[in-house]
Amino acid sequence: MLEIKNLHANINGKEILKGLSLSVNAGEVHAIMGPNGAGKSTLSSVLTGNPAFTVTEGDVTFNGKNLLELLPEDRSREGIFLSFQYPVEIPGVSMVNFMRTAVNEHRKYKNLEPMSASDFLKLQREKKELVEMDSKLANRSVNEGFSGGEKKRNEIFQMAMLDPKLSILDETDSGLDIDALRIVANGVNKLKRPDNASIVITHYQRLLDYIVPDFVHVLYDGRIVKSGGKELALELEERGYDWIKKEVEGE
Amino acid sequence: MSADILQEVTQNDYKYGFTTDIETDIIPIGLSEDVVRLISKKKNEPQWMLDFRLKAYRHWLTMKMPEWAHLDIPEIDYQSIAYYAAPRKNAPKSLDEVDPELIKTFEKLGIPLEERMALSGIAVDAVMDSVSVKTTFKESLGKLGIIFCSFSEAVENHPDLVQKYMSSVVPYTDNFFATLNCAVFSDGSFVYIPKGVRCPMELSTYFRINAINTGQFERTLIIADDDSYVSYLEGCTAPMRDENQLHAAIVEIVAMKNAEVKYSTVQNWYPGDKNGLGGVYNFVTKRGICKGENSKLSWTQVETGSAITWKYPSCILLGDNSSAEFYSVAVTNHHQQADTGTKMLHIGKNTSSHILSKGISAGISQNSYRGLVKINPAAENARNFSQCDSLLLGDKCGAHTFPYMEVNNDTAIVEHEATTSKINEDQIFYCNQRGISTEDAVGLIVNGYAKDVINKLPMEFAVEAQKLLQITLEGSVG
Repeated sequence: MLEIKNLHANINGKEILKGLSLSVNAGEVHAIMGPNGAGKSTLSSVLTGNPAFTVTEGDVTFNGKNLLELLPEDRSREGIFLSFQYPVEIPGVSMVNFMRTAVNEHRKYKNLEPMSASDFLKLQREKKELVEMDSKLANRSVNEGFSGGEKKRNEIFQMAMLDPKLSILDETDSGLDIDALRIVANGVNKLKRPDNASIVITHYQRLLDYIVPDFVHVLYDGRIVKSGGKELALELEERGYDWIKKEVEGE
Repeated sequence: MSADILQEVTQNDYKYGFTTDIETDIIPIGLSEDVVRLISKKKNEPQWMLDFRLKAYRHWLTMKMPEWAHLDIPEIDYQSIAYYAAPRKNAPKSLDEVDPELIKTFEKLGIPLEERMALSGIAVDAVMDSVSVKTTFKESLGKLGIIFCSFSEAVENHPDLVQKYMSSVVPYTDNFFATLNCAVFSDGSFVYIPKGVRCPMELSTYFRINAINTGQFERTLIIADDDSYVSYLEGCTAPMRDENQLHAAIVEIVAMKNAEVKYSTVQNWYPGDKNGLGGVYNFVTKRGICKGENSKLSWTQVETGSAITWKYPSCILLGDNSSAEFYSVAVTNHHQQADTGTKMLHIGKNTSSHILSKGISAGISQNSYRGLVKINPAAENARNFSQCDSLLLGDKCGAHTFPYMEVNNDTAIVEHEATTSKINEDQIFYCNQRGISTEDAVGLIVNGYAKDVINKLPMEFAVEAQKLLQITLEGSVG
């Protein structure tokens, strides 16, 4: 589904990704872990086409298409979804209006008619339940005045609405208490299917108790330096990242 | 990177820029007493109207253009403008007599002149250049005693009302542009709502400048007698021309005891091209008086057009317990300049006013809010709340706020809030990531920002205004 080869990217001239390679197949959950500043969030930004970052080298293909040539909105319409670490507030734009615009843009891209208001509301009701989201939130402005937990739930709600092929969860656990974490993780698990995949970026093993990964990768200094099964996450939790740093620097 | 995205400015899509090929009676350019007399003669006016014009003209000669606004106004040669232009076939009795080209023009603008087709239930006075072309629903409104006609007809048929109220709110000495208007005004709309009548439909005037090198000087007078209600809409467009065109209008509103007047404007005069060539200079004096107790007046404006906008719809709160509102969205893009706001003059007891101004600047435009809240010594328990927000797109435009307050009564409560924000790349990228293009994202964000004002507009106008906001800002971001 997703094939990243030797990806180099920088922001304001500072190189963050230094030859990252990763391959994700349908049905898989990949966890990406690593110390602060390793390039975890940069990876999600580059994959989704954030214009703040410049790709200098490497290839990314998504379902056979050259992802790096696509506009950010087309990457979304192709089925890439990012659950933001810090979702922004858009004052005055209601969640309903925002989501309806997004859903219909996705449909237009697939040459489908816009969804009727009643179908949309039905879909929305269904998906809200998935993340136990307060129905009042949908009538409020996008993320405005939402608590940290509400914002993250809102991200997963949007993910459910857009039904992506590849979901990237960027530090979705940060700022969540244990109950919110469980709700968010449940939502993600319910959306898991054999024909979609997720990349879970996290700092801590905690989230991986709820969203069980098939693969765990350690990102350090702009590259994936170690990959393994879910037991690697436990090892990292126990031993920290220093031993990895040493291994890498000892090369 | 942000600069790169925002710098890429494309041509505005001004869809009203066409001209109508129609035989026009246009007087030679220039301004003098003779021209004033000629205009009056062309309109078959009574002596008192000519006297009023001449009085204003002589006073105007002693005046200078105001320079206090935050505007860079090029020198205007008042002798190079024609002060009267009219489609040749005048004063049609029925739609059949209206030049088909004119009907086509207004149809193209989405203005229904055919009453059977006017499903929206809006009565329209259509003004092209200097004259009113057609007023719809005149008869059915007349059954309720409502007078809705062109200003010229009002002078002819209701001289006592015109003489009583004309220039009672905006004196002929008021300001440079208002005084000029008093001397050379051509046409406009007149509305009288009798006592106790609730006007059953929205009344609207649609102004269209067509002729070249012509100034448009219309005046509108609305009188709402005791216990009456009216909602009034005003729309304006002009063809795309390389020359600047001058527009100096006057609107006067009188609200008597318990009367309520809502005045909504969607101003979309041609703004000039992206290099600042052409466009309408819009110098407008709008003022209403809440004359009677418990009267209400509200101004709602969406200002997207004109190269230069100089406009301060104001309220004199004379009657006790009267209230006034001013809701404004002013958008400037490319080289546009706007200096707009309001004045709230509290004189009566327990008067209240509410100001909500939303400025949006893009390109290299300059957008200023200028407002005065004045509480007179007699205005016990006056209240005002003002909120002035500015939204910036890009880093080459300017937003300015000039709030003035004069409070001369200790019991008054006057509050002012102001914010300035930028559409940031994070918001746009967030929308992009959900599949929404940058253009649509800007439209969403701007409409969200302006929502509280747009919601005050009558339904049909609100939809139009939302589209207009998006079109005006098209190409202002990436």
